[in-house]
Amino acid sequence: MQNIRWKVITILAVLVVFGAVGVYPILSAWKGLPAPTWLKEKQLKLGLDLKGGVHLVLRVQTDDALRLETETESERLREELKTRNIPFTTIAVVNPTQFKVEGVPQTQDAPFRQAANEVQANFDRGSGVNGTYMFTMRPNIQVNLRGEAVVQARQTIERRVNDLGVTEPQIAQQGGGGDQILVQLPGVAEVERAKQIIGSPGLLELKIVERVSGSKEELLVNGQMPEGMEVVPGVSSAGDTGNLYYLVKRVAAVTGRDLRSARSSVDENNRPAVSFTLNSEGGRKFGKVSGENIGRQLAIILDGRVQSAPTLESRITTEGRITGSFTPEEVQNLSLILRSGALPASLTYLEERTIGPSLGADSIRSGVLASVVGLMLVVAFMLVYYKLSGVNAVVALIFNLVILLGLMAYIGAVMTLPGIAGFVLTMGIGVDSNVLIFERIKEELEAQRGVRASINAGFSRVFWTLFDTHIAALISCLFLFQFGTGPIRGFAVTLTIGLISNLFTSIFVSKTLFEIVLSRRQQVATLSI
Amino acid sequence: MHIFKHTNYDFLRWRWHAIAVSWIIIIAGIVAIARNGIPKGVEFAGGTVVIDQFDQAVTVQQVRSGLDRGFPGGGQNVVVQAYGDPSQHQVMIRVPSIGAEQGQSLGVVAQQVNEALKKANIGGFTTVSTEIVGPTVGAELTSKGIWATVLSLIGILLYLAFRFQFSFGVGAVVATIHDLLITLAFLAFFRYDMTLNVIAALLTMTGYSTNDTIVIFDRIRENLRSMRRDSLHHVINASVNQTLGRTIIVSGTALLTALALFFFGGEVLHGFAFTMVVGIITGTYSSVFIAAAIVSLWRGTGPTRAAAHAPVTATPTAPQQPARRQKPQRKARAS
Repeated sequence: MQNIRWKVITILAVLVVFGAVGVYPILSAWKGLPAPTWLKEKQLKLGLDLKGGVHLVLRVQTDDALRLETETESERLREELKTRNIPFTTIAVVNPTQFKVEGVPQTQDAPFRQAANEVQANFDRGSGVNGTYMFTMRPNIQVNLRGEAVVQARQTIERRVNDLGVTEPQIAQQGGGGDQILVQLPGVAEVERAKQIIGSPGLLELKIVERVSGSKEELLVNGQMPEGMEVVPGVSSAGDTGNLYYLVKRVAAVTGRDLRSARSSVDENNRPAVSFTLNSEGGRKFGKVSGENIGRQLAIILDGRVQSAPTLESRITTEGRITGSFTPEEVQNLSLILRSGALPASLTYLEERTIGPSLGADSIRSGVLASVVGLMLVVAFMLVYYKLSGVNAVVALIFNLVILLGLMAYIGAVMTLPGIAGFVLTMGIGVDSNVLIFERIKEELEAQRGVRASINAGFSRVFWTLFDTHIAALISCLFLFQFGTGPIRGFAVTLTIGLISNLFTSIFVSKTLFEIVLSRRQQVATLSI
Repeated sequence: MHIFKHTNYDFLRWRWHAIAVSWIIIIAGIVAIARNGIPKGVEFAGGTVVIDQFDQAVTVQQVRSGLDRGFPGGGQNVVVQAYGDPSQHQVMIRVPSIGAEQGQSLGVVAQQVNEALKKANIGGFTTVSTEIVGPTVGAELTSKGIWATVLSLIGILLYLAFRFQFSFGVGAVVATIHDLLITLAFLAFFRYDMTLNVIAALLTMTGYSTNDTIVIFDRIRENLRSMRRDSLHHVINASVNQTLGRTIIVSGTALLTALALFFFGGEVLHGFAFTMVVGIITGTYSSVFIAAAIVSLWRGTGPTRAAAHAPVTATPTAPQQPARRQKPQRKARAS
């Protein structure tokens, strides 16, 4: 008796705890019952396929980050060689991880090596004929940079999405190569805006203009790009439609990394503009450059396009403004993008899904309907076939569902459409366990054993069968979770939890229910099964 | 109440017939797949799917001719079908191409579809869902799906070899592969798209089938211990018969829930439910006719025990002297 009391207390405690976490919040949302906020926060979350929203998979082009590093390092070497007066003909980036120096005289070999060693810690150097040197980024540095680029991209996207005010976004790295980012935005109405803001490089550069021209070719010297320079397209500051080209230094005076904040404002003509503030480091650099170049033009370059090129009239330190022909909405998006920082590399879209909320609601309705119909059919069958013992099975089944809902809510699992299917499957497996046990009890009863002995034998014999079948199913779930994505993972999670809770209900709860019934009678001659 | 009481069918006698029937279906499936290919859902093939809900009823023909006129490149590669509950006037349009992966233009094709439909002037509509998948994703999904299947099969083989014997592991895995092939054959016959949900169903149904098989194996393991004087043939038959009631009841209730999903689960779960229905039927069949037959073939068909070719007598009840098991027996001692 003592034994049974403790078992009943354990079962009731489980029921109350899981019921409170898993079932009560759903009831409270449905019927408007009061519930504390911490409980509401635990409420079972719906996946995108049920709630509606945007699902994006992006790939970070990590080569971009490597190329940037290679370019920066080659420029550093160029500056270093100039200050040390070591001659060379060209320094050129060959591919994202390599750059080549040509034409270093034989006599300058030793000083060149020394200069290179001091600057290029991250590159391996190979020497060729005629003073040619190939610098290759070290493999471990490549791996680190790629990893950093993905993490930075993810963080940048997170900042942008949070700034957009999306509730409960999910942003995670995924994919075999580790370079994919999954973005799930529940219930976003403005898909295009979200996509545009997420994918914008957001690279702001301020560069002193050397020359301006209407054609690209005019800016070249003898058909060649001057050393350390580049040509950036843009619109003319007068606002006419013709394209202008700006010859600017390749290395920026100030970049978006030096930004402290950005906000929408208006320019002196009351047109929408973006005002920005630099941090102290950026302010110092900007002050130096602007002070030295008073009277010259400063190109404000956004994502490789000159937005405006005002003439510097005085030394400027931390405050600046980007003007151009912007609409108020563009200004808002732009300041959001600048605030969140630039993406370290460009992004490509691999996958894009938009699920309207109505389709999600339809899916919930059909999924729930199917589950309820399935449940009813199974309950009816069990009651007819196993009579009173069928009640035991039905109680175990309901327990199973309560625990499943509770555990899912507790670990913050997300309910998806395949998850509903996993739910239905859990019901099926739960019934299977009970049928196995009941059929075994019947066999034992036929062998003319007593009711008590038959029940005990039924449960203990079937235990290892259930154990083996459940472990085998869990093995499948493990791989499903490991290799599955999104909704399939939801399915694997639901099924795993279902399997565990089912072991508990079919072995512990069902057995205790039988014991309760038996304990009330001294002599048990028959069993309704 | 009993569905099957004291049955005594000689299931092993039918093993060659069963294997022949299975091969016929599998080969027919392979032919169907070789001829038509497995139609892949957009997740695997890549492409664009747009589901539009119209304000009033439109025919597939109207939508198609609208696309023929307004969609760049015409509508010949475009699949148009009615979607979901007819009262909602939803139409699914599937295009094999996508916009460029670079930048923001992935969704261009979806926009072109909707612009063409607007121009066609067949009534107002709202887009309830778009799905655009690049080719990279599909390739990755395929390889992941295959890995998940292969690894979980190996995992089950190892587990059963550890808990039972190697031959049992082989029997279960062969039965599972058999179920996969049969279900794929039926998916090909009825031309269901291979989608993520169908993959989930395939994996679920292999779980079900292994479950069924293990229950029978467990009984064989137990009977091998208690019926030491009987032939393996006899033990297997007795075990399948003893568990037959349970097998039928469990498959029956599982089939009920799968059918409920098929009829009430909505359009999105249709492929899933179909796969489950086929999978449960073939899974039950393979557990009864194939799995144990493989075990007996693997271990040799000859008489392995003293009472070889003993007349098959009914042993429906539990063994006379059942040794109550307190702890797991790693391996059944047999032959």
